[in-house]
Amino acid sequence: MSNELIIKNLHISVQGNEIIKGLDITVKPGEVHALMGPNGCGKSTLANGLMGHPSYEIDSGEVIFNDVDVLELEPNERAKLGLFLAFQYPTAIPGVSMANFLRSAVSAVRAKETNGSENIELIPMREFRVELREKMAQLGMDDSFARRYLNDGFSGGEKKRAEILQMAMLEPKIAILDETDSGLDIDAVRIVGESVSSLVGPELGVLIITHYPRLLDYIRPQYVHILMDGKIVESGGWELAQLLEAEGYDPIREKHGIAETTE
Amino acid sequence: MDRKGGELQKGDFSKDYLEHITRDEPQWMRDKRLEAYSLYESLPMPHTTDDDQWRRTVDMRTQDYWRRTRRHLRGFAVENYHPAVATNGSTSLEVDDGDGVIIQIDGKTQHTYLSPELEQKDIYFADMHTAIKERGDLIRDYFMTKAVTLETTLKSGNIATRNTFDALHGAFWQGGYVLHVPKGVRIEDPLRVYIQLSEDQHADLSHVLLIAEEDSQVVILEDNASANPDAGGLHCGAVEIFAGQNANVTYGQVQHWNRQVWNFASQQSVIAKDAQLCWVTATFGARLSKLNQSIVLEGTGSNAQLLGLAFTDARQHLDVSTAQEHLSPHTSSDLLYRNVLKDRSQTAWGGNIYVYPDANYTDAYQKNDNLLLSERAHADTLPGLEIEAHEVRCTHGATAGQIDAEQVFYLMSRGLPYDLAERLIVDGFFEPVIERIPMETVRKEMDEFISLKLA
Repeated sequence: MSNELIIKNLHISVQGNEIIKGLDITVKPGEVHALMGPNGCGKSTLANGLMGHPSYEIDSGEVIFNDVDVLELEPNERAKLGLFLAFQYPTAIPGVSMANFLRSAVSAVRAKETNGSENIELIPMREFRVELREKMAQLGMDDSFARRYLNDGFSGGEKKRAEILQMAMLEPKIAILDETDSGLDIDAVRIVGESVSSLVGPELGVLIITHYPRLLDYIRPQYVHILMDGKIVESGGWELAQLLEAEGYDPIREKHGIAETTE
Repeated sequence: MDRKGGELQKGDFSKDYLEHITRDEPQWMRDKRLEAYSLYESLPMPHTTDDDQWRRTVDMRTQDYWRRTRRHLRGFAVENYHPAVATNGSTSLEVDDGDGVIIQIDGKTQHTYLSPELEQKDIYFADMHTAIKERGDLIRDYFMTKAVTLETTLKSGNIATRNTFDALHGAFWQGGYVLHVPKGVRIEDPLRVYIQLSEDQHADLSHVLLIAEEDSQVVILEDNASANPDAGGLHCGAVEIFAGQNANVTYGQVQHWNRQVWNFASQQSVIAKDAQLCWVTATFGARLSKLNQSIVLEGTGSNAQLLGLAFTDARQHLDVSTAQEHLSPHTSSDLLYRNVLKDRSQTAWGGNIYVYPDANYTDAYQKNDNLLLSERAHADTLPGLEIEAHEVRCTHGATAGQIDAEQVFYLMSRGLPYDLAERLIVDGFFEPVIERIPMETVRKEMDEFISLKLA
């Protein structure tokens, strides 16, 4: 199947330290995977590495999506291919309105040509506005959101909802959610969880990276993987998340002889 | 004097030339020119290490930078430029007359228009030479007497007391214009002025005089451009703005000379009781630009907003000194200058807020931010405060930093190619300045100039 994300024996390092030490996952359309693990196990390194952050070095391994070698591509080309990362800590861009940014981003991702900004034609304003309003209404977001500067002065919950709005507008084929539930109160987790859940469908593959199972109450994964010390140590179904909820990470650590990471 | 085809040749900033340009002028103007000329003769060209006012034009911390700038100035000599006399402007600019327009090319006025409606309200809008003939008394009262003067009354040490280029300007000024708006009269839509250099090695020494009488409103937008992208030139100009009691003045200057032009300018505004000034300065051009800009909040309750944006590239060097002087109580000023630097370009900004002993309840702000798009670009920023009153609120701040890699990555991860990501970040950086510009035309034009810089 073409719209699969295949990660094979991936090794990623940051400033010379190997963080991801040989990781394999395949995410198919319609599947929801949860990648769980304690703090410092390499979850965000994986997310940033997959999206092409320049500070994360891919030492070896393969990431294939749609038969294309993702690791050869610039971050924007990965986005155009259908990869989306909802950031744990979205960056603020003062002075750039959400609407203006999204219009450029959506136009870039939908442009026919794969390369060069000169090939990007902006979607007509009216058309874009209609679409944005619709998506915002669907996610229960106020219209004023569109006029605010991107992530600038947003609360934690607003940042995460803004990420989900971007996901809704960009319509990716694979969405990676990096700690989308972190730093949120119960209500905010519910809102974000329900928003993501409304976007899940047979065309979309989802990789939820989290260390709490809270978000998974709203988006039930078929597959659960446990990441420790840069490797997947256990894979299973929903029962694995339930086990974690009940017993925490310690029994798994003991079983695999992994020392607790201190930060 | 060596003349050819109506154009003056090298070495023409001479006494002979002065006599030539002042031959039809009234005695008072001739006297002003001669006074300025004797000062010009007595002052050396500025020295970039010994002269306080020029020290920031170079950065002593990096030898390389210092050498380069010194080379800039060594290669520059006033004598190499022809004063722009009445050549027949080779370019005729196609612009709408709107409510009023003046077009000057190489110092020669090509076109002047003021709508009948505004003429009926006794608004006076004319090139400076015509104005001296028609409104001599008015001009005599204001021309380099109260704002840009040879002996400045400013307290801020960062602005030259005796500036060679001010003296050059005072002696040899040509071109420029006057806008006089009588008491209670309001201009709603911006009048436009286009000042251009077209011929190689020509000099524009235009003098601008804006006089807004009590309760009037003035909106004017001036554009300084090179008609020829390769023609070297010199601009040595002055701008004087007078906001009368309770007047509201908006003045915008967009400078986009080509990268061969040397730009020197002194600009000052004097603001009376309860008057308001919004002053927009956008800089894209010139090889080296040295701009002195000051506001004097003379009357109680007066207010000024100084908005600056600049985008430099290649080896451009932009040096701006600003002064916000508060003479009276309950005055406020707010300065925001934002620069984007590309390639090996350099900016220096030195600002000073000066609060006189009587000027209690002053609110004064200044902020200069620099966004560097290249590791070889360099920004110097030096805010300053001198406060003699007791009850004041003053803040100042300055930042300079490379474009944020996290911001670039974030935008690229959403599908934007690098250049579009950079563009959005630059737009966002300028936005706090642009959103405060009260003229829609300016906001639109900024967009185009920023595109040209990033192309």
